[in-house]
Amino acid sequence: MLKLGVPSKGRLMEKTFDWFGSRGVTLRKSGLDREYAGAVEGIEGVELVLLSAGEIPRELASGNIHLGVTGSDLVREKLANWDSQVGELALMGFGGADLIVAVPQAWVDVDTLDDLDAAAAAFRAKHGFRLRIATKYHRLVREFLREHGVADYQLIDSQGATEGTVKNETAEAIADITSTGDTLRANGLKILDDGLIHASQATLFRGRRKDWTDEQRKTLKTLQMILGI
Amino acid sequence: MPNSPETRAEARRLRDLFAAQGAQVIEADVLQSAETLLDLYGEDIRARAYLTSDPLRGEMVLRPDFTVPVVQMHMESHADPARYAYAGKVFRKQENDETRANEYMQVGYEVFDGQNPAAADAEVFAVIAEGLSGLPVRAATGDIGILTAAVRGLQTTDARKAALLRHIWRPHRFKTLLKRYAGGKVPATRTALLAADDPFANAGSDIGLRSRAEVEARIAALRDDAQQPPISSDEVMLIDAILELRETTPNVLSHLRDIAVDMPAISDAVARMEARVNALDARGVDVDNLEFEGSYGRTSLEYYDGFVFGFYATKRPDLPPVATGGRYDALTARLGEGRAVPAVGGVIRPDLALGVA
Repeated sequence: MLKLGVPSKGRLMEKTFDWFGSRGVTLRKSGLDREYAGAVEGIEGVELVLLSAGEIPRELASGNIHLGVTGSDLVREKLANWDSQVGELALMGFGGADLIVAVPQAWVDVDTLDDLDAAAAAFRAKHGFRLRIATKYHRLVREFLREHGVADYQLIDSQGATEGTVKNETAEAIADITSTGDTLRANGLKILDDGLIHASQATLFRGRRKDWTDEQRKTLKTLQMILGI
Repeated sequence: MPNSPETRAEARRLRDLFAAQGAQVIEADVLQSAETLLDLYGEDIRARAYLTSDPLRGEMVLRPDFTVPVVQMHMESHADPARYAYAGKVFRKQENDETRANEYMQVGYEVFDGQNPAAADAEVFAVIAEGLSGLPVRAATGDIGILTAAVRGLQTTDARKAALLRHIWRPHRFKTLLKRYAGGKVPATRTALLAADDPFANAGSDIGLRSRAEVEARIAALRDDAQQPPISSDEVMLIDAILELRETTPNVLSHLRDIAVDMPAISDAVARMEARVNALDARGVDVDNLEFEGSYGRTSLEYYDGFVFGFYATKRPDLPPVATGGRYDALTARLGEGRAVPAVGGVIRPDLALGVA
């Protein structure tokens, strides 16, 4: 059996079902509405596993599932050396969102990472601690800021309502996912000109573990043929 | 085999060798407070060390090296001069290369002695070299002090010098800043900001801890900076010349003396280097063939601010350095609460020393 992991709820699940459906593979939840079991029609040997989008990267890496649909941001955040552990089979064209760095609009002197770095140095000198950036994407943000030579900041963990942390004075800036930027603007924030860390979208991944059976490899080939990817 | 019995035996041999130089053998806790390291190195330490949380003590870290605890220990003891030797495990997170060890032995030798820094530099280098004697390794050396002296001597504002010095260890950002100060392109947003009648016209409401006054202070600083003449292309060329040095030590010294004619600010640093080379020579180091790189030590070893060195396996370029070391006076100043002690030290990885033999 080739196990296909798909987000268990919401728009991401529906869009994934639509994406597969329009390519000749029907995915659906089986049984009762609250039950996380699924059925696959249109191909033999594929089993649908419904689970949280955030867990799909880990399950792919460990080999518990063979294929998985999740955001490309989550794979990059959760897996070290992600491209040695999973491979991209198809960019699915929905679930688009940008991981960005945003600062208060009131910081009229800060539009670039270069400005952010200078502001962080002055902030630390004045307040005695490193400028706080709230995020849940610790790895991606840290690597991005290191690559661009930003210093004197610290990452504050924020698992939700991150846009509100600046107003609440638990952070000075944020790094978060946005699709339209409306929530950012409503919270008095603006995106840095060069603050795009990653443009994410829903992506079909395969695990790269070597212990796949010949049958599983054959099933993947058939699936790729049907889907046209 | 980072932790095999052979490695432990080699670690003991090296530690005893260091102790025989008159060093006091010391130990350090495996669990250290993370706060100090985070203050020194920032968030990047999270990618390089194992941090964990203690419900009462806050964030703790599995020691990624011995330098910080050794400095703290020394600052509390008020002994001067002092020499220390230690052998123990360090822990390094490897986020990108799982073939690299994340737990290995380090054997170190640290000298806190302000009497004669050149002699202390040479002593540490020679003692580490002795620990590796007979092995197929080559030494690389550098001196961050020459670059910092050159930056301090630039004909420009203190603010620009401070910004450049802050990024000495981030070569990419350093280069970008230097280019900008030398009359390079300024981001369009900044030009617009400085030209605006009312910079706060579209500012929205003030939120967060960073106040309007702080934003105004930075705009004032940017305005002032925009009035400053650019750093001359001659000076930029001299900095580049220092960074591009990559020759044997006598040739480098000769080049640096030439550069010092146009940039007298580095004369003292060059004189210190010369004194060190003489001290190395007196210790029997083959200085005529000793390699020197102008930008050596600028990336990975963030606390070194003077002499820096590393020993590399000649037949195994894939391995990390077998030994590294350098001077870290500034670190003692930051950890010493106002007190600074000139300090230089080095470490050997016994597992690698055995691996290249």
